[in-house]
This record gives sequence, C-alpha cells and structure tokens, in this order.
Amino acid sequence: MEVLKTGSGFWSALIWVAIALGAFLIIWLFSRAFERGYKRGTDQADPFLSGNPPSPGQRVTASDIYWGFVEALKGYYRPLVRAHSGVVNDYLAWAILVGAIVFVLLGGFMR
Amino acid sequence: MDILAHVPILVVGIPLLGAFATPLIARAGARARNWFAIFILLLTTALAIALAVSVFQAGPRVYVLGGQSFGFTLPSGYFFPIRIILEADGLSAFFVLIIAVTTLLGAIYSTAFMRAHSGLEKYYALLLLLAAGMFGMVVTGDAFNFFVFLEITSIAATGLVAFRTGRAESGEAAFKMMVLYNIGGLLVLLAVAILYGQYGALNFAYLAKLIEYSLLDVVALALFVLALALKAGAVPMHMWVPDAYPAAPAPVTMVMVANTQIGLYGLYRICFSLYGLKLTPALVGWIVIILGILSIFIGVSMAVIQRDLKRLIAYSGIAQIGYMLLGVGVGLAVLGTPALDSYGLMAMKGGIFHIVNHALYEGLLFLAAGAVSYRAGTRNLDQLGGLAHNMRWTAFFFIIGGAAIAGLPPFNGFASKLIIYESVFKFNPILAVIALLASIITLAIYARAFQSVFVGPKLPAYKDVREAPPSMMFAMAILAALVVLFGLFPDLVVRYLVSPAAQALVNRAQYIEAILGAGLGVR
Repeated sequence: MEVLKTGSGFWSALIWVAIALGAFLIIWLFSRAFERGYKRGTDQADPFLSGNPPSPGQRVTASDIYWGFVEALKGYYRPLVRAHSGVVNDYLAWAILVGAIVFVLLGGFMR
Repeated sequence: MDILAHVPILVVGIPLLGAFATPLIARAGARARNWFAIFILLLTTALAIALAVSVFQAGPRVYVLGGQSFGFTLPSGYFFPIRIILEADGLSAFFVLIIAVTTLLGAIYSTAFMRAHSGLEKYYALLLLLAAGMFGMVVTGDAFNFFVFLEITSIAATGLVAFRTGRAESGEAAFKMMVLYNIGGLLVLLAVAILYGQYGALNFAYLAKLIEYSLLDVVALALFVLALALKAGAVPMHMWVPDAYPAAPAPVTMVMVANTQIGLYGLYRICFSLYGLKLTPALVGWIVIILGILSIFIGVSMAVIQRDLKRLIAYSGIAQIGYMLLGVGVGLAVLGTPALDSYGLMAMKGGIFHIVNHALYEGLLFLAAGAVSYRAGTRNLDQLGGLAHNMRWTAFFFIIGGAAIAGLPPFNGFASKLIIYESVFKFNPILAVIALLASIITLAIYARAFQSVFVGPKLPAYKDVREAPPSMMFAMAILAALVVLFGLFPDLVVRYLVSPAAQALVNRAQYIEAILGAGLGVR
C-alpha cells in the first residue's frame, strides 16, 4: 500500500480509516449493552442551559459560544478589532509599515 | 497542426477570447451564454490538464510569441531573449490546474446562484477575464507581462466583487480592493522598471542569470515581496480579504481564493526562480515565515469572533495562507544549506500541497455558505440554525470542508498540515506549536459555525427552506469528492503534482536553461 512519507514518519489515510472503522465496530458492539433510557419528547431531549428552565424558542446562538474565551481575552481582542477599522487609509498604513520594515531589513542586512 | 504544441498560449488565449465573445453569445439567450462560458472553461481545463501532463513528463515548456518559431527562445544573432516568452514549469502547471478547476466549478455553480441577477453577460465575461489573467500570470516568463496579467486579474476581480450593485457592501469592498490592488500593481511595475533599467531585459530567466543583488535589486525585491504579500492577503495586509470575500457572490469568492493564491505563486517565483541564492535566503525566508505566523495567529483569532459565516471563512482562510507561507518560508530560509534536503524541501512540499488543498476545501466552504445564504437569505450566525433538517447535503459538504480546514484525518488538510508540522518542527519547534494550536482553534471555530447554522431544532423562519439547486450541488459534490480523494491518496498528489512544483522552485538552473538553453541551437 502506498503511504505518504512526511520526512519524519509516514501517513496512510487508508490505514487510519480501517482502524477508525474497527474502533467504531467495537463501540457499536459495546453500545448494544448500554441502557436504553432515552425518551424522545421528554425533558431528556431539552438542552441543558446552566440549570435554567427552558423557554420556547430559547437556543444557544453563535454569540453565546466561546463567550467566556473572548471575555477572558478582552485585552487582546480590543486592539485587534480596533486595528480592523474598515477604513482603507488604515489598510494602506499597514502596507506602508510592512514595506518600511522589509526595506530596512533587506537593506540593513545586504551582503 | 500539433495543437498540443500551442497549449501554453491557448490556456491564456481561449478564456481571453471567450470573455470578449460572451456578450455576443449572450444575445442568443441566457442558456447559450451560460453553456458558452462553461464550454470555454471546460476546454481550458482540458488544455490545462494536457499542459500539466506534458510538463510533469518532459520538464518545462516554453512558447515564444512572434518569433521565427515558437520554440526558439533566442533569435538568430542574439544572446538574450527579446520576445515575449511563456514558460510553464512544475509550479506553473500546478497552479494552472487549480485555476482551471476553480473557475470551471465557479461557472457551473453560477448558473443557478446568479440566475436572479441581470447583466450576467458582463459577469461571465469578467469571470473568463479573471481566469485568463490568472493563467497568464502563472505561465508568463516575462516580468512586464506578469504585471499586465496582474492588472487584468485586479480589474476583473474588482468588477466581480462589485457586481451586485444593489448592495452597498459590494461597492465598498470593491473600492478598498481596487485601491490596494492598484498600489500593489504599481509596486510591481516599479520593481520591473528597476530591473529593466539595470539589465535592459524583462525575461525572468535572463534576469535570473544576470541579477547581482545590488542595492537596486534589493529595492526591487522588497517591492515585489510587499506587493505580492498584499495580493496574497498576508497579515497585516489582509484587511481587504474579509471585506471582499463576503461581498462577492459565492462562486466569485471561490475563484478569488485561487486569485489570492496567485500572489503566493508570484512571491515564490520571484524569491526562488529570479533571485535564488543571490538574495539572503535566511533573512527573506524569515520575513516570509513571520508573515506566515502572523497570518495564522491573527486569522484564527479574528475568525473566533465573527458572526457572518463568509467573513468567518475568510478569516480562517487568511490563517491557511499563513501555513503556505510558513512551509515555503522554511524552505527558503534553509535554501543552499544541507537542511534543505533534510527538512526544507519537505516543508516546501507541505506548503505547496496546502495550496491545492486550501483551494478545494475553502472553495467548498464558500460554496456551502453561498447555498445557505441563497436559501435562507442571511449569513448571520446568530439568526441561522437547524438548516440540516432541510439542507442535508449542504450540511454534509460543510462538515467535509470544515473537517478538512481544521486538519482532521482522513481529509486533505490533515496530510499537508502533518508535513508542515513535522518539517517546521525540525526548523523551529515553537513555530510548529503555534501552527498546531491554530489548527485546534480552527476546529473549534468550525464546530461553532456548524452548530450555529445547521444544528438545533427547525426554526420557523426556515421551515420551508429547500436544498440548493442541482448545479450548485454538483459543484459542491465535485469539490467534496476531491477533498476526500486528496485526503485518502495524498502520496499520489505529492508525487505527481506537489513534488514537481517544489523541485521547480529549488531547481533554478532548469528554469533558466529552459529559456537560454533552448535557443542555443539557432544562435
């Protein structure tokens, strides 16, 4: 079987798929012994929202997900978002800044 | 007439002529216009495959325009090339295939996606013009032609982003893009003028033979690096990307991904084929690596907080551009040292492999996002939800694209990222760790996007939403199949597509000899 040589080792997606299928088979066999207590349409099927009682139409939206992550990194995100101002003059300023750095580096380290 | 001998010019000429013929054909009706554009791109794809096969089998192909013979690069009595010469090597062939596939699928997807719009003869004309410009950029061996084709891509891409004139965001994004593309174009023109002023030549191979790395050569190199990194959307010159990608129609966004990658092609061509060891490889390599790491880090950071689906994909795409810069940057940093054979060439292969993978999965994600906005009428992640009930196949394709971009096995993104991680780790473990962490965050980003768009109960606003039309499904299915196939058989892709492209970059002498050696017999 052809394998991809990565320089340090190898990778074969087909072997990975075969192993994954084997693992799924074992899980499926185990799952036959699981308790069958799931009841559709009962409280079991409602989302768990930190213990709050579910209300009609309530759901987890994209803004809710990773809220804690973003809140914890507020200090990082505030300047980052500010830099993405949407103003084309700022875009050009960044390009000029990078250009200046590249010029200085290449010129400064000329052989 | 041996048509295959003319393939290098045909891949540029056919879409170019097709672009100008489209408004005439459109007079016969919308169906004729659509089929004509698809036929032109199908024909170009067949020619692109023929070109790639011939290059991979027999080495670089040259084609002289207006000469005594299309194979004689040096006219009688001359020691240097004076005519416009097209030169296609392994790297060119690699990009030619990417351009052909993305533009063809973009045209097929457009037949349904753009149906409600008027003025579509201009849309298809611009799409074909963009294809011609991109093909031209990757097959030309002439510096001034490179600038001309760069301008063609800029004009066509700006027109396509601005195509939906009813939406203010399209016009604004196109304006920003136009300003930055023009600046980039002028920087390239200035660099070309500097080289022409010094050496009196425009042919890349001949310039590569003469280049001395004088102060003016350094200035030209800095201008090229800046302009092409800007076109590639490398951080911190990436800000036009998240404006332009969401504003453009979905199929255009997919083609724009390939257009952005052409910036990488230019950067690689200039650094490796034009300057080679004449530049300070370690320094320029580190500049490319830093641009790559910044792109990876800022790209994923910004993607986490996006609420617009296409904007989220655009930011994560910027991070993927970072992986391509990182891999090839490591190769450049160790160029001319024993480390090139030890891990540098492998890093370059990883970076180049990631280019084709990115074109496929990023294209698939944009098309899936287009299908969502086409049916649901919004891209707002906070408003969307539960679409997998009605759009099962689109959800399935989105999962494939999301898993691939996050680098999950067995999809194609995993194979190229694995090569990058391993080879970059040998160069500098910290860089590999940053790249690995970014992949984990990418997985979290796409888990959130999938959950927000497709999972959950059926929302009343989308209860009547239907699956995307067949032509859109067809384009997504082809891309999804390629993502899976490239993931299952990465060794074949690396052997037949990626290795020749990486070797073409490292083997600078072959690039020069293809021009200066081919004409020796007639001098």
